[in-house]
Amino acid sequence: MSFETPRAVADALRSVDYLPDDRIAQVVFLADRLDKPILVEGPAGVGKTELAKSLAKVTGRDLIRLQCYEGLDEAKALYEWNYKKQLLRIQADVDHDWEDIEQDIFSEDFLLTRPLLEAIRSENPVVLLIDEVDRVEVETEALLLEILSDFQVSIPELGTMEARTQPMVVLTSNNTRELSEALKRRCLFLHIDYPDAQREQEILAARVPGLSEHLAAQVAKVARSIRSLDLKKAPSVSETIDWARTLLALSIEDVDEAILGDTLHVLLKYQADIEKAAKELTSSPPS
Amino acid sequence: MLGIITGFIDELRAAGVPVSMVEAIDGMRAVEAVEIGDRIALRETLRATLIKNLRHERAFDTAFDVYFSIVPQSLSEPEDFGEFDSQPHSDRSDALEPPPFDIDGLLDSLLEALAGLDEEAIRRGARTAVDELAGMEPGRPVGGTYYLYRTLRRLDLADLEERLISALTDDQDLSDFERRLLREEVEARIERLRQEIEEEIRRRLVADRGRDAVARTLRRPLIEDVDLMHATTSDLHEMEDAIGPLTRKLAARLARRRRMRAGRLDFRRTMRKSLATGGVPADPQFRHPRPHRPEVWLLCDISGSMATFSRFTLQFTHAMSTHFSKLRSFAFVDTIDEVSDFFGPGVDFGSALRRVTTEAEVVWLDGHSDYGNSLETFHTRYGRQLTPRTTVIITGDARNNYRPPRDGVLGDIAEASRALIWLNPEPEAYWDTGDSAMSHYAGHCTSVHEVRTLRQLEQFIEDLTLPGPRPLQNV
Repeated sequence: MSFETPRAVADALRSVDYLPDDRIAQVVFLADRLDKPILVEGPAGVGKTELAKSLAKVTGRDLIRLQCYEGLDEAKALYEWNYKKQLLRIQADVDHDWEDIEQDIFSEDFLLTRPLLEAIRSENPVVLLIDEVDRVEVETEALLLEILSDFQVSIPELGTMEARTQPMVVLTSNNTRELSEALKRRCLFLHIDYPDAQREQEILAARVPGLSEHLAAQVAKVARSIRSLDLKKAPSVSETIDWARTLLALSIEDVDEAILGDTLHVLLKYQADIEKAAKELTSSPPS
Repeated sequence: MLGIITGFIDELRAAGVPVSMVEAIDGMRAVEAVEIGDRIALRETLRATLIKNLRHERAFDTAFDVYFSIVPQSLSEPEDFGEFDSQPHSDRSDALEPPPFDIDGLLDSLLEALAGLDEEAIRRGARTAVDELAGMEPGRPVGGTYYLYRTLRRLDLADLEERLISALTDDQDLSDFERRLLREEVEARIERLRQEIEEEIRRRLVADRGRDAVARTLRRPLIEDVDLMHATTSDLHEMEDAIGPLTRKLAARLARRRRMRAGRLDFRRTMRKSLATGGVPADPQFRHPRPHRPEVWLLCDISGSMATFSRFTLQFTHAMSTHFSKLRSFAFVDTIDEVSDFFGPGVDFGSALRRVTTEAEVVWLDGHSDYGNSLETFHTRYGRQLTPRTTVIITGDARNNYRPPRDGVLGDIAEASRALIWLNPEPEAYWDTGDSAMSHYAGHCTSVHEVRTLRQLEQFIEDLTLPGPRPLQNV
């Protein structure tokens, strides 16, 4: 499925309760048009991973996810030979010609596919999500380059495996380290920041059914206010959603100082932050 | 169109944003998919293809405004996309002021527009404000700031803000908390107006003097090129985001070393490898030993002449303390004190900074830099704890107020540690001028670097190769 216009992208994403802004819609549209991977960067909890999931939903593709971590290697990201099976094959069949056996054990039957190769070999079109790519070492990043630019994987024993269907690739990064130029060059860059109050209100309305418009507006404004403080960890969108759910569950219709003070721990996760925010928000504003 | 985009890319490069050939081509290709006349789509398309780093977005936005400023949409035609129409404002006369210019009328209509969040009316108001208040003179080679200042002075946004607050309060009694939220909402809307005015001025400037000239005047150094000695607080704040990734990289660099084959047998990989030899494990495989934890000691000059730079180095120290468990930091002016305990995971930088400036005992006599005494005190107090695994990094300008450098002791420190690195925030040409004792110290260091900008710090980390930890018997 291909999108006609950025507007179509936005509408489709809205239909699965993901509210994109102009930038997100445009970049997704471009990625689809140019068959390029998207590198999504931004603070934790603004919906980077959610974007990939929503894309899979609207396009009806399967989602294949590669969670990155320090120490991720080829055998876990790309493919591995199933050596146990190969060993069995060799021992089970001592009479055969070695040539035949060798041919046999290095065939696709003995290949264990890992997420990247799986995305390439899949019969159905997929969305490939490479999550938190900034966690792998610079050297490991190179593993991704071939798949990102040419959508293929080279296996020395088998040759080059090309994609059966064009995967839609989304990489996410929390920017804990600078990614290599080579990787960035192959991707479209999309920075997602905290949404402005208006959009956050819409997100809340879409994600928390039953939330009144008044409360949604208040929650969004409080979130903006807290984010303007200098905190260790600003509240993410997922945390404001949690907060809105909490308020709803407590059947609160209007947020005041006391309620904010009591429920602040849903928004903020450090004691120092909670104290700071409570103090700032409930004192008179600086004029 | 192609010409404008090429010019735009040239401008980005001139501002220091690295746009590679491939990215430029991608940008051109991508623009083909954009509907003509859709400015936001064009902006996001170019941004996604040309800009790969958040830090470069400000430069991008400025350049984009200059190169793709357009006339109000109702008047623009696809053909002259990006061109300025000399008579663009004929559509506003009925909505706003009658001549002579009535500033109160403008303020009233702006107030109404802001209260109702009417984007179109805000834009119209901004345009009128610039028309009437900026007093723009064709051909004057000034940047937009001057006109912006003139417009805003007459508009008096602070007053407008108050009026908007009382308009939105609607005579209700608000608690402090509600008032705070309201004020922030109002501030956001006023900021919106301010941006609108700024854009409008930029648009006129471009019409008057052409894109390239305006882009040149508006060009500001990227955050990685800002001189650390003269950075503003907001610059430092912006740098904070870049420091985290840098320290991580430094941690990786320091941990890296050539190692011999060592570690335990990796049975799985040995078995797999043995398939090539028919199941005979002829080529044993080993697990890599864990990378060793680098030990880093940081010595920061925090004297008055280094105020901005030392704030930066302390920021850096703060970020490093999350990556190095064995980080020790010291601050000095004319004597030295350990400040390691003020930093650490989970500590707020503001409070760490406060403690360094109030609690650390760094002044001995008069509070003027004395590298000689600081180094000597350091060596007497902590020298014995240096090991051949310790990397010592000193940051400072080596301006010693003409006191004896006593560089011999630095030699002893270098002798006792794995490496000694000096980062100097002054341009290399100034070293050894006046009271700088750089050359006295340089001879004892493993390496000396000019680190005047974030980019140079990045470069230093990029190029860093250290000798491996020395064998213990050399001590």
